[in-house]
Amino acid sequence: MMDRTCRHLSTTLDKVTVSLSGKVVIKDISLQIACGDLLAIIGPNGAGKTTLLRAILGEIPFEGSIKFEALGERVRRPLIGYVPQQVAIEKGTPTSVEDLLVMAIGASPFSLLWRPMVRRQVMEALDRVQVGYLLKERLCDLSGGELQRVLLAAAITPLPDLLLLDEPVSGVDPQGLALFYELVSELRQKRHLSIIIVTHDLAGIAPHADRMVLMKESILVEGTAEDVLQDEMLIRTFGPKLLNVATLLEAKK
Amino acid sequence: MWWSYDFMQWALMAVLIITPVLALLGTFVIRHHLTFFSDIVGHSSLTGIALGLALGLAQPTPAMIGLALLLAFLVSLLQKWSRSSVDMSLGVLFSLMTSLGVVLLSKGGGFSKFTAYLIGDILTVSPTQLFPMFIVGVCVVIMWVILHNAIVLISLNPLLARSRRIPVFWVEVGLTSMLAVMVTLSVQWIGVLVVNSLLILPAATARPWAKNARQYAAFSVLIGLTSGVIGLIGSFYWGSATGATIALVGSFFFAMSLLLRVVI
Repeated sequence: MMDRTCRHLSTTLDKVTVSLSGKVVIKDISLQIACGDLLAIIGPNGAGKTTLLRAILGEIPFEGSIKFEALGERVRRPLIGYVPQQVAIEKGTPTSVEDLLVMAIGASPFSLLWRPMVRRQVMEALDRVQVGYLLKERLCDLSGGELQRVLLAAAITPLPDLLLLDEPVSGVDPQGLALFYELVSELRQKRHLSIIIVTHDLAGIAPHADRMVLMKESILVEGTAEDVLQDEMLIRTFGPKLLNVATLLEAKK
Repeated sequence: MWWSYDFMQWALMAVLIITPVLALLGTFVIRHHLTFFSDIVGHSSLTGIALGLALGLAQPTPAMIGLALLLAFLVSLLQKWSRSSVDMSLGVLFSLMTSLGVVLLSKGGGFSKFTAYLIGDILTVSPTQLFPMFIVGVCVVIMWVILHNAIVLISLNPLLARSRRIPVFWVEVGLTSMLAVMVTLSVQWIGVLVVNSLLILPAATARPWAKNARQYAAFSVLIGLTSGVIGLIGSFYWGSATGATIALVGSFFFAMSLLLRVVI
């Protein structure tokens, strides 16, 4: 189970439109993500990025279509790994890293007492993102970077067909960020996962993304990271103060 | 001594059945922020009793459970659809159910018949009542185990739960229904006024000491059982209402735990 690659899943969005309480949030989004692709979605706050992920997850109603296909056949309910934007964990919540991973495997945290196999699988999953040392910690006691890596470990256990990362970098220190991107890149290369990452961190993601989409309600620019970063729409959308395109292109190299 | 009385032995059995089950459910109630909901269910029992009387039932229990299940479903819907404050809507529901119950039961000046429901009467438990309660308790524990992962994940992040194919709405309906049944059945033994305490206090006391989900459940059950037994014996010697005495012991444990946390 652990070593299989994705089922060569490709995801096709055709004119996806979402209205929430009568207001159009995203409009006519058409995209294709193949197996092994890393697609970065960028855009200002309120651009509808998270809404798009929610539509892919099947959490909200939408117009248009979202199709998953593997080797020419339609996949009705692909396994989707998801790393949420923020997990509001109240201080003192008695859920440990181990609990989360046991639940990701689909076992009961109580079964650890008589199932050593489960414990081994949990360790493997944590080691994959280099956080084995956090096993016994409570989720609420982790730093932003640690929590994101633990959530990533849970999202890829078992290995999904498609991995969605929603702004997985907010509140994470630069070092943790670099490590996170490396882990994600490595996952893609080793396991040929399709990955969609929503982010504000243009410079960080640019070297890793095959394709980039700039969106604000609908898709404004789509292409390689270089194309998107050089497009003048980027500055118009984010404002000149927010970015230094030269730095971003440097990062890409 | 207290154990030489039959009624105390039956009451002890009743305590050993309901306090651990309520304590276990309490961990969900706190994780899922349902403390207000469970209080509403407890207070709605009064309306349930009135409903049972109006329907001419020999036993009000079916009407009480029916009403509680309806409330459970309503509140789950409310949480799903409401964009404004659920808290306020729950407050309104609480007022409505409580006042309606009291008005219906006190019509014609006969409320005193029902005061037993307010404070509970676990000392009058008969052996024939124990077995059904035991079965319900076992069912609740089984459901608790089945729903555990889903509920912990939903309370972490609903979208994360969705991505793992958890039917969030139905799990919440299951949780509130299970809670509704258990609270309603406990009301006649423990009393409307304090049934919620037996749900909340053990889990609240256990929470800061638990490092993981297993410890949370184990500590909560242990604290629930201990306060149950001490409360029962204490109420015998003080001549006080058993439900409230158990709740008081539970509150004492909570205060101790809080104090210890500050010291350590």
